Amino acid sequence: MRLLTSTLFALIVASAVGLGLTYFALTRGAAFGALTIGSWTAWPKTGTADADPYARANIARTGQLPVALGDGVSFTAKSDDNGRPLDGRCDVVLYGVTPAARFWTLSLYNNDGELIANSIDRYGFSSQEIVRRADGSFEITVSPRANPGNWLPTAGVDRYTLVLRLYDTAVGVATKAGREVPMPAIETRNCPDDQARSRP
Amino acid sequence: MIRWLLLLLGGALLGGIVHLATIILLPRTATQDAFARLTNDAPVNSVAALPQPRPEKAAMPFMDPAFAAGVCRYDLSNGPLKLTVPVSLAYTSVSFYTRYDVAYYAINDRAAGRRVIELDLMTSEQKNAMPEDEDVTAADRLIVESPTISGLIAIRALAPEPGLMPMARATITNARCAVQTAAAAPATPRR
Repeated sequence: MRLLTSTLFALIVASAVGLGLTYFALTRGAAFGALTIGSWTAWPKTGTADADPYARANIARTGQLPVALGDGVSFTAKSDDNGRPLDGRCDVVLYGVTPAARFWTLSLYNNDGELIANSIDRYGFSSQEIVRRADGSFEITVSPRANPGNWLPTAGVDRYTLVLRLYDTAVGVATKAGREVPMPAIETRNCPDDQARSRP
Repeated sequence: MIRWLLLLLGGALLGGIVHLATIILLPRTATQDAFARLTNDAPVNSVAALPQPRPEKAAMPFMDPAFAAGVCRYDLSNGPLKLTVPVSLAYTSVSFYTRYDVAYYAINDRAAGRRVIELDLMTSEQKNAMPEDEDVTAADRLIVESPTISGLIAIRALAPEPGLMPMARATITNARCAVQTAAAAPATPRR
């Protein structure tokens, strides 16, 4: 009896620990070789045949086809530079420049990877559509209300994910975060929640 | 007390093994991975254009809305495959994935350096079985080795502006992937 209970106890602990770890690894999107620049993260190695088991499990679970490294690199951001989750009710501004690439695209998804319906059927920008300043830098406003300039509509969703994909770029497995890979800054400006809170 | 602690420790160690085993086995048991999702819509060894991702429906999550995309679900058991993709004005790429959606090779229009991306896809055995005459080993023939017998080829063409999407889609429509007939001589490429 004692042997049975102790075996059972050990097995329950094993399954709880094992499945719990797997669940967390997959929901957090863990994989080795992450390249983090500001609030952007990319997993260049996930787009190669050397993808580690965590990356493979993640690919299988989400059902996406990763961007192959010979094609490009995909950077994801779920929060702004202050660590605040991206909120579709706020005005979020992306500004700066991107690393050298032949083309890049910026797309907005909900956290399940679906596009978000909006009145003007705009789901992202490509590098050619962007209106730039004289020095080549750009500013994109991600907000629920129409804005002049480069406006990406959020349709007021709670949380969203920005994906910046660089195509035909030198950024890859060997890239270290630093000066040669400048990613646009993400800043939350003007949030309705803040105003409600600051009001007496 | 000590006994329970030891059991807890043993359970945790066993849990680590369970964790690693589930992570490694997951791709083989996944029923909703990209390959499985495309099985119904993409016939074997031919190019199927994917509909543009829409908020209410997309073939896969995290598809790039600026691209026109097509897939060729290949099966090399009947012989090597020939892939022909005309290059669009902006940016065209071809990515190769194994049965478990791992990208093992990709090439874009500039790396291919021509107006048409032409590739031969075969397994290592098929490559080793190729006769070694100079026509076959000609340097201008791009051969890709597939680590698995089946897999996916994703063909993507960028529409730099939404108005150029028809042009990008035409690239996908004109892409071909087909099993090479056994006697096909590569010396005189047919159009």
